Amino acid sequence: MPSEYIPVLIFAAMAASFPIIALVVFKFIRPDSTRVGAKLKPYECGIPPEGDTHGRYSVRFYIVAILFVIFDVETVFLFPWAVQYGLLGLYGLVTMLVFLGILLVGYVWLYKKGALEWV
Amino acid sequence: MSALLEFLKTYMWPLIFAVVIVAVLPLLAGYVVLMERKIMADMQARLGPMRVGPHGLLQPIADALKLLIKEDIIPENADKVVFWFAPVISVTAAMLAYSALAIGPFFQIAELNIGLLFIVAVSSMGIFGIILGGWASNSHYSLLGALRSTAQMISYETAAGLALVGGVLLAGSLSTREIVQAQHGGTWYVFVAPIGFFLYLVASIAETNRAPFDLPEAESELVAGYMTEYSGFRWAVYFLAEYANMIVVASIATTLFLGGWLRPFQGTPWMDFLDFFPPLCFLAVAGYCFYRTPKQPEPIQSMVMALFGGLCLLLAAAMALPFVPAFAASKPGLHGAFWFLLKVSLYIYSFMWIRFTFPRFRFDQLMKLGWYFMIPLSIVNVLGLGVYRVLRQLQWSRWPAFVLTTGGTLLVAIWLVWNAQKKAAAPSSVGDMTEAEG
Repeated sequence: MPSEYIPVLIFAAMAASFPIIALVVFKFIRPDSTRVGAKLKPYECGIPPEGDTHGRYSVRFYIVAILFVIFDVETVFLFPWAVQYGLLGLYGLVTMLVFLGILLVGYVWLYKKGALEWV
Repeated sequence: MSALLEFLKTYMWPLIFAVVIVAVLPLLAGYVVLMERKIMADMQARLGPMRVGPHGLLQPIADALKLLIKEDIIPENADKVVFWFAPVISVTAAMLAYSALAIGPFFQIAELNIGLLFIVAVSSMGIFGIILGGWASNSHYSLLGALRSTAQMISYETAAGLALVGGVLLAGSLSTREIVQAQHGGTWYVFVAPIGFFLYLVASIAETNRAPFDLPEAESELVAGYMTEYSGFRWAVYFLAEYANMIVVASIATTLFLGGWLRPFQGTPWMDFLDFFPPLCFLAVAGYCFYRTPKQPEPIQSMVMALFGGLCLLLAAAMALPFVPAFAASKPGLHGAFWFLLKVSLYIYSFMWIRFTFPRFRFDQLMKLGWYFMIPLSIVNVLGLGVYRVLRQLQWSRWPAFVLTTGGTLLVAIWLVWNAQKKAAAPSSVGDMTEAEG
């Protein structure tokens, strides 16, 4: 079984080496970067950049990321169920209804709390 | 030495396919860009690129060469190592998804039994490239673009994954090859699960950061989003990743919903004349090229045009090869690849059509659409398809089961839209106040 993944590994190495080789080899052809004026400063529409950017940003992004984990794990649970659905039939549908029902309660709670609200 | 030979013998075809994909995919992405520019020009009543080669046919190559020799700028307060590797991660993830996709029954690097899951998992690694690139640039625009992009991609990835679950439910397998074979002789899943296909279409546009969901790159607000500090070939690598991702999502949709490499009307005998379509299609393109050859303004352009026509003739000959009895075995491989790539092109064409038709969304509208509409609807869609399969097992005929489940899902969709409109009309809504301010 794992032998199926040998071509995948080789392909991964080739796919990664394509941009790396292009970046490294063409370094010898490219003109050297000059350090004229504010060329190496980050772009901020002409004004000098204000402070470091690795500071704080909106908490909304964290909430979206956490919600993503919940719903993506749910998707991952659904995949094996979907593959075996032909064998499970009605029983599989009912069990999944229960699982999704619990999730739906959580979704409705999030909705009422306004966690999905993007301000 | 003999061990190496043995290894090469075992993995000869996968290795050849890997080399072909690594060589062709960037070129293909370049030509998708040209196709996009030409279609955009056509829809806006312009000509588009016309100078480099006849009808701009050499434009992608010229662009690639220009970008390769451009000056390389790394901002001075950027995190150099992360800045260097971020685009590489993006493009590797996008290309790696191709290792499990089957372009025709023969052309596939590795037949994995978890094919589809592997593709979804690997292609979503591209998000790392985007967020790392935006963070490493140490610029406000880059960081904001990367955060937006990540929030958008993960929001719509759930919807896309759930839409795929619907297709997997019908096929009963995750292997790309088995999914296509399950559609053989039956109906393509787009006709069984039209809502699932629609959900995947919208979610895949959002996932590839394309208009109308191209907020991470909204020029009027964020300059170029996470790519603001990237220039020259690094920028080209990001660009390549974006277009390679487009080809990947189009291939997933083709495999799961549009019957993969299967010819349309496979089960209908009187439609078998469609077998002649692949060679005739290339023959027509070649004929047009030769017709245009003497009309080119420069002799060099005429030459390139004639060369292109010759290439099309060669492809037509390759597509006609299965009609020679001695090579009849090559038919599924050659024609399969043709139909697969044709469907992928049509899907990408619909992407472009949508891009040139709709205005850009606002970010809160985008998140609203994702979390209030796409995700609930895709869950209901999965359940609807589950009911469909149970009804089919209970010996219902196809149409009543289809109308009942798809109609039910559509009703839920209408209710979701109605609910959202009611909510937007309410003056106490927080989202509405910002709307009034902005």
